[in-house]
Amino acid sequence: MSRLTPETPTPLRSESPQVVLELTVNNHPGVMSHICGLFARRAFNVEGILCMPIGTGAQSRIWLRVPADHRLEQMLRQLRKLEDVVSVQRHGADHEVFVRLEEFFQA
Amino acid sequence: MRLTGAQIIVQLLERQGITTIAGIPGGANLPLYDALSQSRAIHHVLARHEQGAGFIAQGLARASGKPAVCFATSGPGATNILTAIADAKLDSIPLICITGQVPSALIGTDAFQEVDTYGMSIPVTKHNFLVRSAAELLTVIPEAFRIAASGRPGPVLIDVPKDVQNQVLEFQAWPEPGCPDPAPAFALTDAMSAADLINTAASPILYIGGGVIHAGAAHLVRRLAEKASIPTTMTLMGLGAVPVDHPRAIGMLGMHAARYTNMALEACDLLIAAGVRFDDRATGKVAAFCPKARIVHIDIDASELDKIKTAHVGIVGDVREVLEVLLPMVEEQPRTAWLAYIEELKVLYPLQTPGADAPCTPYGLVLQAASLLDDDAIITTDVGQHQMWAAQVYPLRHPRQWLTSGGLGTMGFGLPAAIGAALAYPTRTVVCFSGDGSLLMNIQELVTAVEEDVNVKIILMNNNSLGLVHQQQDLFYGGRLFASDFQARVDFGSIARGFGMAVYDLATAPDPHATLARALSTPGPCLIHAPIDTQEKVYPMVPPGAANKDMIGGEGRPLSWAPSADAVAGRVYVTAHA
Repeated sequence: MSRLTPETPTPLRSESPQVVLELTVNNHPGVMSHICGLFARRAFNVEGILCMPIGTGAQSRIWLRVPADHRLEQMLRQLRKLEDVVSVQRHGADHEVFVRLEEFFQA
Repeated sequence: MRLTGAQIIVQLLERQGITTIAGIPGGANLPLYDALSQSRAIHHVLARHEQGAGFIAQGLARASGKPAVCFATSGPGATNILTAIADAKLDSIPLICITGQVPSALIGTDAFQEVDTYGMSIPVTKHNFLVRSAAELLTVIPEAFRIAASGRPGPVLIDVPKDVQNQVLEFQAWPEPGCPDPAPAFALTDAMSAADLINTAASPILYIGGGVIHAGAAHLVRRLAEKASIPTTMTLMGLGAVPVDHPRAIGMLGMHAARYTNMALEACDLLIAAGVRFDDRATGKVAAFCPKARIVHIDIDASELDKIKTAHVGIVGDVREVLEVLLPMVEEQPRTAWLAYIEELKVLYPLQTPGADAPCTPYGLVLQAASLLDDDAIITTDVGQHQMWAAQVYPLRHPRQWLTSGGLGTMGFGLPAAIGAALAYPTRTVVCFSGDGSLLMNIQELVTAVEEDVNVKIILMNNNSLGLVHQQQDLFYGGRLFASDFQARVDFGSIARGFGMAVYDLATAPDPHATLARALSTPGPCLIHAPIDTQEKVYPMVPPGAANKDMIGGEGRPLSWAPSADAVAGRVYVTAHA
């Protein structure tokens, strides 16, 4: 049994296990709003986000690093419902896309 | 062809088969209105507040099952209509809202009547568009209809800047009208697993909701209930799917259910949930909902499965398609002991309806109105006590006969939704049960009803208070009534007459029943004023956050005969028979 509303607020920098999500989306100005809003209105913190157009530019790839808590499965189902989301793939937290970027994100 | 964006929109709507649009014009959608004025196929209904326009379109959509369209201008027009859109989202109603926007070049400059309609509508729509050229309209409009009606229906907003409405486009051919996608395929093995659970269950219950009505699956639910002898409960949104007087119907569940209904759920060993989302008003405290039951959950929206309760068998699919496959696999069974237990509960813990025979009590009013109407009547409600009283006792017998704001619970829904339903079915009588608090929230639509001469009868239960707030303050806040009892009294008769509407006042009528009969049988819109006691409460009630078994009120009189030992001991069926 899972509820969407968290019992306690999610900390800014999550200590919980994380996952990396790979999204293929239609490329237009509203897409990031749709995706970020989906997480934000559930108080689900997005730890990392990368987005670039792919191929002809009609589609974009979005990489997200998010906490792997009990709400994740529901988030994936909600993501798949968005009209502009073409596919959603789930990877482990150690996926190299964020690891290789770490040198750009030193405090 | 050489047409403006506005003309393209109107002609695409005509090609979708739209014949009625509710809306209000303003600066940013004037080109659209100019194009609409040239349409011979579309009747425009001028609402007096954009929220009214949104709910008129909802009434059209809920009564007919087809997507309906509303128009609003930019800025306040768009913000006003958002409530009706959010309401459509929560109740899964196919709605297309087309808003005017300031010219593209002015977007982002805080121009006059500019708001970020696109941004604001994201969380309350199924999908939304900001159109950037007239050419895009040729794909966006059919797409909007496809999205609104596919899978789990919902509202789609299309924001169209004024310059796009004016832009002239040369094009060769019209696109095909947007139609719903086929429903997702489901595995036969899942249907077989569900059938196994049903066939081996001793005490199953069908729990059905709005999804059954959207899917046109009510007749199949009835067949399943009859074939396998399964008691069937309905959510607020599911009322009408199975006739209240069907032998397997056990009424609405949840916060204001009859006691026996919630007790039956307590005892079931299998819950067959179809087109429902385990809303908190239906389940009460989730951990205590159907504690002994395994769950079969059928829904077209994958994100509803396992959201609140984990299903033992979950099937993502159209309820009608799933039931068509499932029905032949389900064994005919009498379930004599289980049905006898349900009958016993029904006798011991029925819904108490004090005043049902009196003309000016809440139950009396609803039942009298029902006795004067036939099954063809469409019933809409506002939100509050009157809504629950009507839900409890109105003899609903058909899908789409009952239009109510379930998920969002929007006061002000009833009157404009009734206008929409009456526009969809001009030969039928539409009755709107309302309260004084709710009616005031969209009272300006009285004039829309008069202007359209719709056959809408508003039965106003006037207790001069926000009844359900009053009730909760009375019960759960130490009787400290605050901001729920109105100080000034509104003369609703004068108000309605001021809008040009006929008024019948049951308070002063020498024979209220005869007056009600005359009001309901006279064609055209009218207001029927019925004062009721402020102290009247909706019982029984599950206190917010409590388990459904912990209902208060509505116990009824002590029994004059001895019930079975099991029932007295509060022992439930499964423990007694396991």
